[in-house]
Amino acid sequence: MEWFKKARVEIDSTNKKEIPDGLWTKCPHCGEIIYVKELEKEHWVCKNCSYHFRLKSDDYIKMILDDGRLEEHDADLVSGDPLKFKDSKRYPARIRQAQEKTGLTEAVRVGIGKIDGRTVSFAVMDFRFIGGSMGSVVGEKIARAIERSLEGKMPLVIISTSGGARMQEGILSLLQMAKTSALLSLLQKTNIPYISVLTNPTTAGVMASYASLGDIIIAEPKALLGFAGQRVIQQTIKQELPEGFQTSEFFLEHGFVDLISPRKDLKKNLSLLLGYLSND
Amino acid sequence: MNGFFLDFEKPILELEKKIKEMKEFSTGESVELSKEIAQLEKRLTELQRETYSKLTRWQRVRLARHPQRPLSSDYIKLMVSDFVELHGDRYFADDKAVLAGFGYLEGRKLLIVGQQKGHDTKERQYRNFGMCHPEGYRKALRLMKLAGRFGIPILVLIDTPGAYPGIGAEERGQAEAIARNLREMTQLPVPIIIAIIGEGASGGALGIGIGDVILMLENTWYSVISPEGCAAILWKDEAGDKYETAAEALKVTAADLLELRVIDRVVPEPPGGAHRNQRGAAEILKKEILHFVDELANVRPQDLIARRIKKFRNMGVFHSESN
Repeated sequence: MEWFKKARVEIDSTNKKEIPDGLWTKCPHCGEIIYVKELEKEHWVCKNCSYHFRLKSDDYIKMILDDGRLEEHDADLVSGDPLKFKDSKRYPARIRQAQEKTGLTEAVRVGIGKIDGRTVSFAVMDFRFIGGSMGSVVGEKIARAIERSLEGKMPLVIISTSGGARMQEGILSLLQMAKTSALLSLLQKTNIPYISVLTNPTTAGVMASYASLGDIIIAEPKALLGFAGQRVIQQTIKQELPEGFQTSEFFLEHGFVDLISPRKDLKKNLSLLLGYLSND
Repeated sequence: MNGFFLDFEKPILELEKKIKEMKEFSTGESVELSKEIAQLEKRLTELQRETYSKLTRWQRVRLARHPQRPLSSDYIKLMVSDFVELHGDRYFADDKAVLAGFGYLEGRKLLIVGQQKGHDTKERQYRNFGMCHPEGYRKALRLMKLAGRFGIPILVLIDTPGAYPGIGAEERGQAEAIARNLREMTQLPVPIIIAIIGEGASGGALGIGIGDVILMLENTWYSVISPEGCAAILWKDEAGDKYETAAEALKVTAADLLELRVIDRVVPEPPGGAHRNQRGAAEILKKEILHFVDELANVRPQDLIARRIKKFRNMGVFHSESN
C-alpha cells in the first residue's frame, strides 16, 4: 500500500552525515574508527566490515569513467511545480534547498563518458538530492540518456540510488516509471546493452522501473533493495522480517541480480561485461 | 440502496427515505401526494448535484472505497457476455487479486484484466483486498501477450489499494514484475484501454496501467501514494487528521488528472455515484469503452505502439534554466 514509506526513513537519514568531512570517521555499520584518507583510497569501503559508504554522484563519476570525466548533458533541466505542492515548505523551496546543499540541479546526472575507452551513455543518481527521488526531471534525464544510447548506439549504464517516486509531483512522478520503461522497450529491440547498477538504497518506484530492467543488473554489497518499505511490510504482516531481507544478497539469492560487485571491482566488471555484450 | 453510507451521503439518504414513505402512503390511502412527491424529488436531484459537485478530494477517495461500489467482477457481469476466466502466471501461482479472461463487449472480442477487491470479508480475504503479488502482474502480462498474438484488444480495470507489501512478494520480485509489465505493455500490438474504476494506488495500479486510452470514473483516485501514506510521511500524521490535507496536496481525483493531462477522459457516474446505481454506471462505462475500442480498431499495430510511447514519453513538467 504505502510502498513509498521506506523513502521517509532514507530521506530523513540524509541529515546524518555519512560522507565525513573530518580526518577520522566512524563506520556506521561496525563502529570502526577509520582514517578518512585511507577510506577514500578504498573507495569508501570500511576495511573492517566492508560496509559500503554511500557515495556522491561525483565519486562514481571519478571511480568509473575514464579520467573521471563526464560530458554532462541536461544539467539545465529543473522541476516545475505542477501541483503547487506545499507541506512544511513549498516544493520549489525544497528543490532550491537541495540544490544549495548538493551543488546539483537534480537527483540524477546524465551524459557521455568512457569506460576503458568505450563510450557510454551514463547516468548516476545522487541520494543527497531529496533522497534520490524521481520526479519529472529525473524521468526526463533518464529518458534522454536512453535516447542518447539509441541514437549513438552506445551502451547505457545507470547507477541508481533512490527512495522512489517523488511525492511532491504526485501522479507525474509515478508516470516517470512508465516513461523510462517505455523508452527501454525500444532499447530492448536493439543489441545495445543496458547495465543497471544498484547501490544503497534503491527502492520503490525506481526499483520498479528502469533499475530492474537492465540486461545485466549489478548490485553493490549489502545495499538495501526492494519494492515496499520495511515498515510498511512489518505493519502489514505483523511479523519480524527475516535477517538480510531486501539486501543485495537477498536479491541475488532470489534470482533478481546478476552479480554483486565490490566497489573496487565495479569498473572492471562493467568494462568486462560491456566487452562481452558488444560487437567490437 | 440501504446498508453502508458515508457521512456526506446522509441527507440524501434521508430524503430518499421520505420520498419512499410518501409514495407508500399515497398508494395505500387515497391521498393525493403527487405534487409533494414531485417537489421532494426535485429537491433530491438538486441536493445530489450540490453534494457531489463540491466533494473534497478526500471525500472522493472515500467514495472510491465505498463497500457497495461495483468491482471488476460486477462490471464484467454487467457489460460482458460469454466471459471465460483464465488463471495463473505459469510460474508460481494464480493471483486471486487479478481477475482475467476473454469476453464479448457488444460483439467485440476483448481480453479483460481487472483487479478484484471482494464484496464481503470472505471474498476480500480470498482476493487479498485487490493487492497483487508478482504473480498477479505476471498473470496479467501472460494473458495480455496472448491477446496481442491473436489481435484481441485489452480492457484493464484498475482497483487496488496497492501492490502487496509482503515477504513473499519481495522474494518473488514485486519490483521486477511491475517494471517488466511497464516495458512489455508498451510493445503490445493491440489497443489497450485502461479504466480506473475505484482506487489507483501507485505502482500497484501502474503495473497494469500502460495503455492507449486512460479513463477514470468520476469518483476514483489515482496517485503516487495514498493520502494516508503521504500524510504519515510528510505531515507525520498518526491521528488521521491530515488525510484531507494530503489528498488536496496530491491532487488525486479524476478531474485533477484530466487537468494534468495524465488521463484522457473522466467517465461520469450516475447521480449519487456508481454504488447507488451499478447498472447505470456499467452502462455509461460500456459506451465509453466501445467508443475507444472502435476508434482504435483500425490503427496499425506499429502506429499504436509509437503513439503509446509518445504518450508516456511526454509526461512530466520541467523547464530549462540555463546559466
